[in-house]
Amino acid sequence: MEMETPTKRRRIKDLNFWEKIYVPEIIKGLALTFRTMFKPKFTMEYPEVKFEPTGSYRGRPVLVQEENGVERCVACGLCSRVCPALAIEVQAAETELEKERYPVKFEINMLRCIFCGFCEEVCPEEAIVMSKDYEMAFTNREDAIYGKDKLLIPVGKLQDRIGFLRQYK
Amino acid sequence: MSILEIVIIALIKVAVVVGTMLVTVAYLVYFERKVSAWAQNRIGPNRVGWHGALQPFADLFKLVLKEDIVPDNADRKIHALAPVIALLVALSTYAVIPFGPDLQIGDYNISLIVADVNIGVLFILALTSLGVYALTLAGWSSGSKYSLLGGIRSSAQMISYEVSMGFSVAGVLLLSESLRPVAIVESQSGWMWNAIVQPIGFITFLVSAFAETNRLPFDLPEAEPELVGGFHTEYSSMKFAGFFLAEYANMIMASAFIATLYLGGWQIPYIEKLGLSPILETLLCFGGFLLKMAALLFFFLWVRWSLPRFRYDQLMNLGWKVMFPLSLINIIWVAVLIMIFGM
Repeated sequence: MEMETPTKRRRIKDLNFWEKIYVPEIIKGLALTFRTMFKPKFTMEYPEVKFEPTGSYRGRPVLVQEENGVERCVACGLCSRVCPALAIEVQAAETELEKERYPVKFEINMLRCIFCGFCEEVCPEEAIVMSKDYEMAFTNREDAIYGKDKLLIPVGKLQDRIGFLRQYK
Repeated sequence: MSILEIVIIALIKVAVVVGTMLVTVAYLVYFERKVSAWAQNRIGPNRVGWHGALQPFADLFKLVLKEDIVPDNADRKIHALAPVIALLVALSTYAVIPFGPDLQIGDYNISLIVADVNIGVLFILALTSLGVYALTLAGWSSGSKYSLLGGIRSSAQMISYEVSMGFSVAGVLLLSESLRPVAIVESQSGWMWNAIVQPIGFITFLVSAFAETNRLPFDLPEAEPELVGGFHTEYSSMKFAGFFLAEYANMIMASAFIATLYLGGWQIPYIEKLGLSPILETLLCFGGFLLKMAALLFFFLWVRWSLPRFRYDQLMNLGWKVMFPLSLINIIWVAVLIMIFGM
């Protein structure tokens, strides 16, 4: 049987005898599903086996924490300003460090966040990046507001994403 | 044997058949989900019990706990009656299916059939046609347009396919000269299986059996994309479970019936030449019958996950313009066989 081109549509009158009586075609279809039954499965058995995303994955947004334990964020408020879902709240304060400003309060409401990554894109300090974390279950609305305690992640754990941003952003 | 012994043996047989039936139905649902998963490169249920082996019981438990909803417009009595009819019909047909040759235990000669009646085939055909009432009544009594459409479709479909089914069976009856299932099985000794002697009849009967059990590619009464759930749209909880169990029980029934009529029933070709002890031979035959049934059941599942649903007019075309003439041709073929070879 010759392969049909995608543009040409075949009608009943174009079918040959064996295609018209339908049984050989059914057997072909059955053979296909039977072969498929023994092929490797694609299912990932989630709680035991977890999906490990690449650097391009946009998980929950986190704040980058430098090796000395201080966050990179200078509390400019651009992320809060650009956030289309109004999920970010930043309160700035002064500090003795070189960067002069730091966020005294930084909250992301994960019920509002739409994982668009605008905050990361607009950040001048590479201080807020999208992590690989996709497990964010909570049982009440208060728990959904992530403060600095949950947002600060050491820079070492975010190398994949930072590398990706430096290459493609 | 005294009357008491006969009654006790009959009751034991009924209990064993119904019990194994229900367990098989449960595991058939499980295997349906497994086969569908395998055909789609998935794993399937594997959380409850060993490889998901307790899944059917978890499903049943869930259904029992669900709220039983009856729509305002429904005819309450008939709405409740329909699943009962479906289950009754599905479970009672097993009475006349022979599962194996006679079993000799001590002084007792036990036939592996609940009721060895002379009109067994007629009994099965009559009861399976009664099954259409369950679907039609369910559709009509629900007071919902989708249910009604599903019910109408089921009646039209089952009536159309019953014709070709009846004519296919006629071919078998011509050869066996009896309506007794045991006699039909015995007439297919050696390799004289009806599937080999009359292949056209086998195919028409197989296709009609698919249509009778409302399995894909003929599951128009419940066609999900267009009719929500068809006749069982308005059913929930145990009433839904009734229809669900009846569908799978019907499938097992159809496999047993096909194995009896066309695949030699419990007969294993030339097993008597091996010179085994009678008990072992009986058990082997019984196992052979179960194997044939299992193969047919797998075929049912396999087809469901391979073929798309027919359109309604295509279904009717196939039923009246293809299956009906083919089953008539089969009768002529069998008649010619009898005339020429005197079978």
